[in-house]
Amino acid sequence: MKDLNIVFAGFGGQGVLFAGKAAAYAGLIEGREISWLPSYGPEMRGGTANCSVCISDEPIGSPLITAPNYLVAMNLPSLERFIDAVEPGGTVILDSSLIDREITRTDITVFRVPSSRLAEENGIKGLSNMILVGKLFHELGFCSPEVLDEAIQKCIPPRKADMLELNRRAVALGAQQ
Amino acid sequence: MKVLMKGNEALGEAAIRAGCRHFFGYPITPQTELAAYMSKRMPKIGGTYLQAESEIAAVNMVLGASAAGVRAMTSSSSPGISLKSEGISYMAGSDLPALIINVQRGGPGLGGIQPSQADYWQATKATGHGDFQILVFAPSTVQEMVDLVSEAFDAADRWRMPAMILADGMLGQMMEPVELPEEGERAQVEKPWAACGHGDKREHNIINSLYLTPDKLEDLVVERYKRYEQVKAREQRAEEYLCDDADVIIVAYGASSRVARSAVNKAREKGEKVGLLRPITLWPFPVDALRKAAGRAKAFLTVEMSMGQMVDDVRLAIDCRVPVEFFGRTGGMIPTPGEVLERVEGLL
Repeated sequence: MKDLNIVFAGFGGQGVLFAGKAAAYAGLIEGREISWLPSYGPEMRGGTANCSVCISDEPIGSPLITAPNYLVAMNLPSLERFIDAVEPGGTVILDSSLIDREITRTDITVFRVPSSRLAEENGIKGLSNMILVGKLFHELGFCSPEVLDEAIQKCIPPRKADMLELNRRAVALGAQQ
Repeated sequence: MKVLMKGNEALGEAAIRAGCRHFFGYPITPQTELAAYMSKRMPKIGGTYLQAESEIAAVNMVLGASAAGVRAMTSSSSPGISLKSEGISYMAGSDLPALIINVQRGGPGLGGIQPSQADYWQATKATGHGDFQILVFAPSTVQEMVDLVSEAFDAADRWRMPAMILADGMLGQMMEPVELPEEGERAQVEKPWAACGHGDKREHNIINSLYLTPDKLEDLVVERYKRYEQVKAREQRAEEYLCDDADVIIVAYGASSRVARSAVNKAREKGEKVGLLRPITLWPFPVDALRKAAGRAKAFLTVEMSMGQMVDDVRLAIDCRVPVEFFGRTGGMIPTPGEVLERVEGLL
């Protein structure tokens, strides 16, 4: 299997770390080597947050991704920070309700999903991240929807169990985009 | 099934499963999750979590707990370890075991908060004043962090000396799958020296590092150094990766060894004979493995997230028989496999 080097990026509070963790768990359930590395430090307060998720058949070297083949961008600063780093032939999935920018690169595939608007309209405000995860996994074809569902269950702590159904709706909605 | 855990949290859980019930800490990025994890877990299992008023207080609480014979630990990041150095020296001078975790960040001074390996000298040569060594373990994955916590506690108890896990911000912050051991899998040694109450059934034990008579202090230090010789003979550890036919061997530990391993794989894809020798113990330094490797390789390259603090140890280990070069980044920068490959190809 081709290595997946996925960067999730957005504002702190948009759930980019959670989205990355769900993807990492899916890799774990599939029996792959995985790593999850967050950005940490002052940039998380009000600025951008991001995480690198590596999924591979081989042990992961550096968990810090410098050239992602998949980028999930949830705001404009994040897109601008990572767009040039995306590997040729790579894929970008972005929240088009927050990012209104032409992408001039022609060597990558771009999916525009109005995830913030969709979340708002469907009563799952705050789950724009999982709509994008739904789209990402639909495009990746990496694992079955059941595996992704199991991964999400692993990421939701018991005290937030009521969030599971909402997450499922978000993922299903994303997969339809 | 394995669970996904952050390095910092995995260190905490591993310590608990190694029988540690006494944690004394103080927050500092990028190790704070470890203290936070302990603050949640310890009260639930009848353990002690205490956030001290300073790093110095925390390390001295570890000294006290260890003197009473229990497994105790503290953790911090680079500037905080400097503050703990006094207590570490006192523990070494009192022959006390303990586990100290350093999740390194950039330095010197307050430096930065991104991953670094610039405390190599501090950990291996001068964790405090006086003639002493501590055991230093350098994990490179979250699983190895878990495994080495038990090993470090056991070795510290076995040799009656402090042990350090030298990690860094990358390993502390990242998540990887881990398999945790069951608690009580490993037997703990008896501690007849502990000051834990004697009920008039034996002579009282004294834990002390003050010896005002020079010849007495000299005798104690010399005895301790005999023990260090045994430690050097028995505790060296390293992992070799594709070294057997290697023309150039990269020497790297911890986070930078992961980058180096990727560089080795890239070199091998091109048919270039490059290997990796990864020290797992930094003290004792794996001189035996390096000496053996020096008989084959034409050159060594250390790859570090520092200005090259390990280079001299490699040179000494191999008696300067072949050149030892250096590539590194510092200040919180992480080398890329491409950079390392370019440097190593220059030596082929």
